[in-house]
Amino acid sequence: MRRTGAQIVWEMLKREDVEVVFGIPGGAIMHTYHPRQDYGVHHVLMRHEQAAGHAADGYARVSGRVGVAMATSGPGATNLVTGIATAAIDSSPMVCITGQVHTSLIGSDAFQETDITGVTLPITKHNYLVTDVGELADTIREAFYVARSGRPGPVLVDLPKDVQIAETDFVPPTDGLELPGYHPQERGDAELVSRAADLVNEAEHPVVLAGQGVLMSGATDLLRRFVEKTQTPVTLTLLGKGGFPESHPLALGMMGMHGEAFVNRAIQEADLLLAFGMRFDDRVTGTLETYAPDARKVHVDLDPAELNKIVEVDVPIEGDLRRVLEQLLPLVDPADRQLWLEQIEDWRGETERRDVLNRAENGRLTGPQVVDAIYRQTGGEAIVVTDVGQHQMWAAQYYSLDHPRRLVTSGGLGTMGFGLPAAIGAQVAAPDREVWAVVGDGGFQMTLHELATAIQEDLPVRIAVCNNGYLGMVRQWQEMFYGGRYESTQLLNPDFVKLAEAYGVRGWRAGDPEEARVAVAEARAHPGPALIEFQVVQEGEEGNVYPMVPAGAALHDMIRRPVKQAA
Amino acid sequence: MDRTLVAWVEDKPGVLNRVASLFRQRAFNIESLTVGHTQEPGVSRMTIVVDGERTDTEKVVQNLYKLVNVIKVEDVTEEPNVMRDLALIKVGASNGTRSEVMQIVETFRARVVDVGLETLTVEVTGTAEKINGLVEVLQPFGVAEMVRTGRVAMTRG
Repeated sequence: MRRTGAQIVWEMLKREDVEVVFGIPGGAIMHTYHPRQDYGVHHVLMRHEQAAGHAADGYARVSGRVGVAMATSGPGATNLVTGIATAAIDSSPMVCITGQVHTSLIGSDAFQETDITGVTLPITKHNYLVTDVGELADTIREAFYVARSGRPGPVLVDLPKDVQIAETDFVPPTDGLELPGYHPQERGDAELVSRAADLVNEAEHPVVLAGQGVLMSGATDLLRRFVEKTQTPVTLTLLGKGGFPESHPLALGMMGMHGEAFVNRAIQEADLLLAFGMRFDDRVTGTLETYAPDARKVHVDLDPAELNKIVEVDVPIEGDLRRVLEQLLPLVDPADRQLWLEQIEDWRGETERRDVLNRAENGRLTGPQVVDAIYRQTGGEAIVVTDVGQHQMWAAQYYSLDHPRRLVTSGGLGTMGFGLPAAIGAQVAAPDREVWAVVGDGGFQMTLHELATAIQEDLPVRIAVCNNGYLGMVRQWQEMFYGGRYESTQLLNPDFVKLAEAYGVRGWRAGDPEEARVAVAEARAHPGPALIEFQVVQEGEEGNVYPMVPAGAALHDMIRRPVKQAA
Repeated sequence: MDRTLVAWVEDKPGVLNRVASLFRQRAFNIESLTVGHTQEPGVSRMTIVVDGERTDTEKVVQNLYKLVNVIKVEDVTEEPNVMRDLALIKVGASNGTRSEVMQIVETFRARVVDVGLETLTVEVTGTAEKINGLVEVLQPFGVAEMVRTGRVAMTRG
């Protein structure tokens, strides 16, 4: 059958089971948009292409499917760049389809021409410039395969205008893909797996470091069986949250810069670290010279380039975590590590007492109280999407998760502005689930125009703006390490409630813990999108994220929460 | 010490750019990179010489494999192999020195490929050491211009 390039795009998206595309049309991609309705694929019209990238990313992280973003050439494509870089460093599967100028004009600095395959080379898993409509179907199929297989990531397909217009005989491709150099390894090397099992069986003080790989490989149940059999406590990276139930007796919580001190201490004093689908980011190791000095280390990762990249390990295993755990489970002995677990409980010690939530309320509202109000009222069952900064860490610390794919956050790139558009993507992926975007006043203002998208798409996203009138995390560093000079971090903000209402979003304001609880309850009862501006403590002890490993310090060398005498 | 890698890559647009971009992105130090066709249509072959002191070759190999178009990578440094560089050297040669230069060229089993009024152009193939040696002895005659291809390598047998 004769099809234009534009039609082939949708033919192939349908074959990849794509239900929704996030994007903005423009001169060089409108031809591709034109036949969309004939194919029944939903399009979410965003207000900025960066948001389209984040929405596709959020959709992917919640659904486990490939997110799709579409944009025109030039500025449309360059606006996608932050979304692509965010997805790349967090291994989120995404396909971006961009328009390009006519092939005869490529390289001539034509109107809205950007060499987007060149620009995105280092931030895509792979990218394509399609110059022949005959290759379009195979290219799109390959793009989806590459995006979701192995270590997932963003793939960009650049489509010149004439390729979109050209007609060809479309034969749905059925034969195998021709990728002679692309073979993600699934099973772990048997000898290495057996050496890992020996280390587990010999260890007295093991700790599992579970990362996002647990979620991506669908290894949550196997991980639970493994640690229950071996009685190994589990710590999570930020992106690993949800990979192991935090209510489980073996769950220690989040590790790293803003993890609890006893968790980091357990890592530092362990004799075996089992790093499962994580990559030893500098935010989780502290300074490397003193990182877990007595521990032997096993690292399982799908991407061999991650093995021995940051931390030299004793047993590096390339493979899909689920397959490797299947291999490992029968080789490990049931163990009793009561003494080790008691030791960790002992270290946990006064953590509870230091917790701000266990202090008497004093009328001031703090970030942890905001997250806690949402946590309690949603029973920990909501999908929480964060922006980047203090509120992100409070969300990670105070929104405990028992299920995978319920926390969406920009971990690796730390992209401010991610929260609202990613929450839109998350809500599209899970229309029947409550979605909360927890954002700060700084990051929210980078993409708040997406309130219009939420209204236009009738998406009941709940938005919690933790407003402290500062770029809070930077301000906290200035308070702690720069002598309290708040250089360029104070924000003169708009009235967020009025702003929300201008978009047609119902707004609330809360300035103390009781108002916060009421506002959360009312926002939850409201059917449409809702925004609550929480006026939280601006600075000082109650305005900071604790505990904290200062930059360049050892993991166990933490700034703890100050202990207050009971008032 | 430098290490020699051979990479087989799909002959697709931009593949050289992908490899070069990777080296820049990961701050790998390379000495030379050559690329050309192989006996197999659609497959190109790169010889990459890595500064083994400053760059972890294993990491280079692992990162090359992350590129979808890279088919196979081998570190051939420790293998029995043939490694060759080709150089064209334009060297000063007046009536008085011409025969001396020709003698040196012959000793190094190089060839004169062009003769000018004041210069000779010499083509030499061999290991990097051999070419360095020739350049050194030609230096006193005045090397006006030189170009080297960078190393190509193949394992023996």
